[in-house]
Amino acid sequence: MPQVSMTVNGRPIKADVEGRTLLVQLLREKLGLTGTHVGCDTSQCGACVVHVDGKSAKSCTLLAAQLDGANITTIEGLAGADGKLHPMQEAFRDNHGLQCGFCTPGMVMSAVDLAKTNPNASEHEIREWLEGNICRCTGYHNIVKSIQAGAAAMQAAK
Amino acid sequence: MGADGIGAAVRRKEDVRFLTGRGTYTDDISRHGQTHAYIVRSSQPHAAIKRIDTSKALAAPGVVAVFTGADMAADGVGGLPCGWLIKNKDGSPMKEPAHPPLVVDRVRHVGDQVAVVIAETKAQAKDAAELVEIDFEPLPAVVDSLDALKAAAPQVHGDAAPGNLCYDWELGDKAAVDAAFAKAHKVAKIDLFNNRLIPNAMEPRAATGDYDPASGDYTLYTTSQNPHVIRLLMGAFVLHIPESKLRVYAPDVGGGFGSKIYHYAEEAIVTWAAGKLKRPVRWTADRSESFMSDAHGRDHHSHAELALDKDGKFLALRVATVANMGAYLSTFASCIPTYLYATLLAGVYTTPAIYAEVKAVFTNTVPVDAYRGAGRPEATFLIERLVDIAAKEMGMDRVEIRRRNFIPTDAFPYQTPVALQYDSGDYFSTLEQAQKTADWTGFEARRAEAKKRGKLRGIGVSTYLEACGIAPSNIAGALGARAGLYEAATVRVHPTGSVTILTGSHSHGQGHETTFAQVVAETLGIGIDQIDVVHGDTNKIPFGMGTYGSRSLAVGGTAIVKALDKVVNKAKKIAAHLLEASVNDIEFKDGKFTVVGTDKSKTFGEIALTAYVPHNYPLEELEPGLEENAFYDPKNFTFPGGCHIAEVEIDPDTGVTKVVNFTAVDDVGRVINPMIVEGQVQGGVAQGIGQALLENCVYDKSGQLITGSYMDYAMPRADDLPSIGVATHVTLCTHNPLGVKGCGEVGAIGSPPAVINAVVDALKDHGVTHMDMPASPQKVWSVINGARRMAAE
Repeated sequence: MPQVSMTVNGRPIKADVEGRTLLVQLLREKLGLTGTHVGCDTSQCGACVVHVDGKSAKSCTLLAAQLDGANITTIEGLAGADGKLHPMQEAFRDNHGLQCGFCTPGMVMSAVDLAKTNPNASEHEIREWLEGNICRCTGYHNIVKSIQAGAAAMQAAK
Repeated sequence: MGADGIGAAVRRKEDVRFLTGRGTYTDDISRHGQTHAYIVRSSQPHAAIKRIDTSKALAAPGVVAVFTGADMAADGVGGLPCGWLIKNKDGSPMKEPAHPPLVVDRVRHVGDQVAVVIAETKAQAKDAAELVEIDFEPLPAVVDSLDALKAAAPQVHGDAAPGNLCYDWELGDKAAVDAAFAKAHKVAKIDLFNNRLIPNAMEPRAATGDYDPASGDYTLYTTSQNPHVIRLLMGAFVLHIPESKLRVYAPDVGGGFGSKIYHYAEEAIVTWAAGKLKRPVRWTADRSESFMSDAHGRDHHSHAELALDKDGKFLALRVATVANMGAYLSTFASCIPTYLYATLLAGVYTTPAIYAEVKAVFTNTVPVDAYRGAGRPEATFLIERLVDIAAKEMGMDRVEIRRRNFIPTDAFPYQTPVALQYDSGDYFSTLEQAQKTADWTGFEARRAEAKKRGKLRGIGVSTYLEACGIAPSNIAGALGARAGLYEAATVRVHPTGSVTILTGSHSHGQGHETTFAQVVAETLGIGIDQIDVVHGDTNKIPFGMGTYGSRSLAVGGTAIVKALDKVVNKAKKIAAHLLEASVNDIEFKDGKFTVVGTDKSKTFGEIALTAYVPHNYPLEELEPGLEENAFYDPKNFTFPGGCHIAEVEIDPDTGVTKVVNFTAVDDVGRVINPMIVEGQVQGGVAQGIGQALLENCVYDKSGQLITGSYMDYAMPRADDLPSIGVATHVTLCTHNPLGVKGCGEVGAIGSPPAVINAVVDALKDHGVTHMDMPASPQKVWSVINGARRMAAE
């Protein structure tokens, strides 16, 4: 079994993984980081989005073995060490951008990447960016609002 | 109103755990010594099973056990029960063919459960499942419900349901309807198919069974909207486990929309297997399994006729519907196309005579049951399409014909000819407000502007009503319900004045932890941070019926109010004792018990402490403690309603329809948290637009599921949808103390006909009078280009 080393939420980890083990399986089953969710088996829904070296990626579509040396951030690693929510998390809360919460970790991780890449994204650009994140509860209306507010708050915090 | 009481748009209490990845969904729970189950499902739509050989699977690495239907049958495991008995026109009972958790000798749909492989890891179980050899003898299959009724149709259940008929049911006065049609000035007609949908809550279903050999206690962790219903059905009918020995826990649940109401085979399989193996057994659906095993929604063929007089007044409505039940009866399948559909056919109109007949039919497809709206979207779509057709038939304005037939605002309570009595509503106001918000009168200018850009623009309106909080239990029971329809709550005041609410309702996105706390905060005058709401665990909460049909606040919230009343009454007695006053002189306001007309008072916290430290206490007359239960059985349904207006733009070159404006003005009764109500309506509208334009479950003729993944089934994505404008216009429910009606389903009920009416309006110059859902680009393009071709020829 190959061994991989990576940094997850700032903590160095080592794990033995099968060749077929997906990043999301490593996170959920070996590291107990169950905030990252699995909502489909065709890489469509985006509930599993994490950051790999600062960029959003679907952890259901990456093999753990290919990520030796990578720096991973999951939803559990987004808030400050003191528990202070990230501005994007706060924005989702303020704008009712979540209901059942299942797609939320992927939405927030995806949104943070968008806000970094395109801080002034228009509504249209946000909706296009979310093509790979499915939500069944909100109709996206408040997710779009949350991302606009979160992106503005991230810029203001710079 | 306090800062976070009724009417305040407070942020949700549950959000921090969801936003930080600390929610606890069923698949997040690990148990010591756990095994993993994988279900071997049928690849065949319909087949006899000649032989199952599990030996190779059993020998595979890590495999702990492989079980088949024969093993469950040998243990006396029962079939999955149906919760509502419908009677045929002649009074005989509906057909209820056996629904075993694992099939024994025949599969009846793709995805039917054939065997379960249990191994040390999920990957090992999945690998070994490939090694289970099944000899299928394929049988002809039937997919469409109209085909299933034909004489030569393949028989899904043979003699257990001859002719594939589950029931043939009727409601209303046929003779009165026939008489009205005989004198009609005009008759509007429609034939429609209400498309089959796959609910697709984002959290796939999951279940973990656990068994403690020392105590004999079973625990089922499951993705359920109503854990007590699962405990009752599975314990009493399927596995024969006493309820005292069975705990069902539905922790955080990632959306339901109806699909997690039902008792599913996998719940029984993992619980039974955990008992056999004396180890926890975990199962989580792959999304592909969800597509072929979660109960689907809708799938109605209908023919309807509306008789009108010369002024456009509706004289009578006649409806014949064939409802597809799928291969087996899911838990509440039978009541959806009957008591949640035909009873709604009056809509918001004064139609004096209505007759409906409904045939429910078995086919070789996944079972069909309630999906967001459940029967009411089917009724609403039929009525609101038919009214548009009637307007065209009469040469009348679409809005005017509606206004002319609305139930007058002063006519409540209003008795319909199809059993329901509406308590309140104001359809004129919601219509007017929606027309104003949507700039209805400015539409023709927008249509002309779109035409200049080569686009076809249309506008559609839907004025609708629905029924929530199905009740009362005794009447529902007389109509065939096999369960009560009340809700239960416990209010537990702690010694220092904080409060725990234990509710039988279940929250899977609705935000009960916040809205219920707001109701309590309003009554007790304490902050919502002092109030915790517990749900989902049968070992903690009182016996409750769970969450479906937008019932939680109207029924579950009322149970909380009733328990709060008892708490306040008892607290007043304690206060009277402490303040040396008569209980009749004690007033409770803003968290303080005051002797009327004096400045003598005690805080709620002081009373709570006294109740648990009863040193100065009337022990002869009053028990210590401050905790009360209430069960509430509603007197009637609640009737939310409103008006939805959709404006669409069609690209004639691609057939793509975009909703460019959407306006919803809903009367959901009193609003506890406007932010949450808006979110509920927006989510419902998104599902309604999904049904109208995108979503469609497709089987091929042979019975194979074609739309079996997100690559094939068109889930609405962010860039498919517009911003959704939501407003409310409140009339209060007259028979519950909060005046609430329910907001969970209105969006999915009002919106599909608004969208299709807009599509038909956009295509009116192409000879279109109706289009079945979804109005897909292919369908729309074909209509436009078919008309173009015909014009050219």
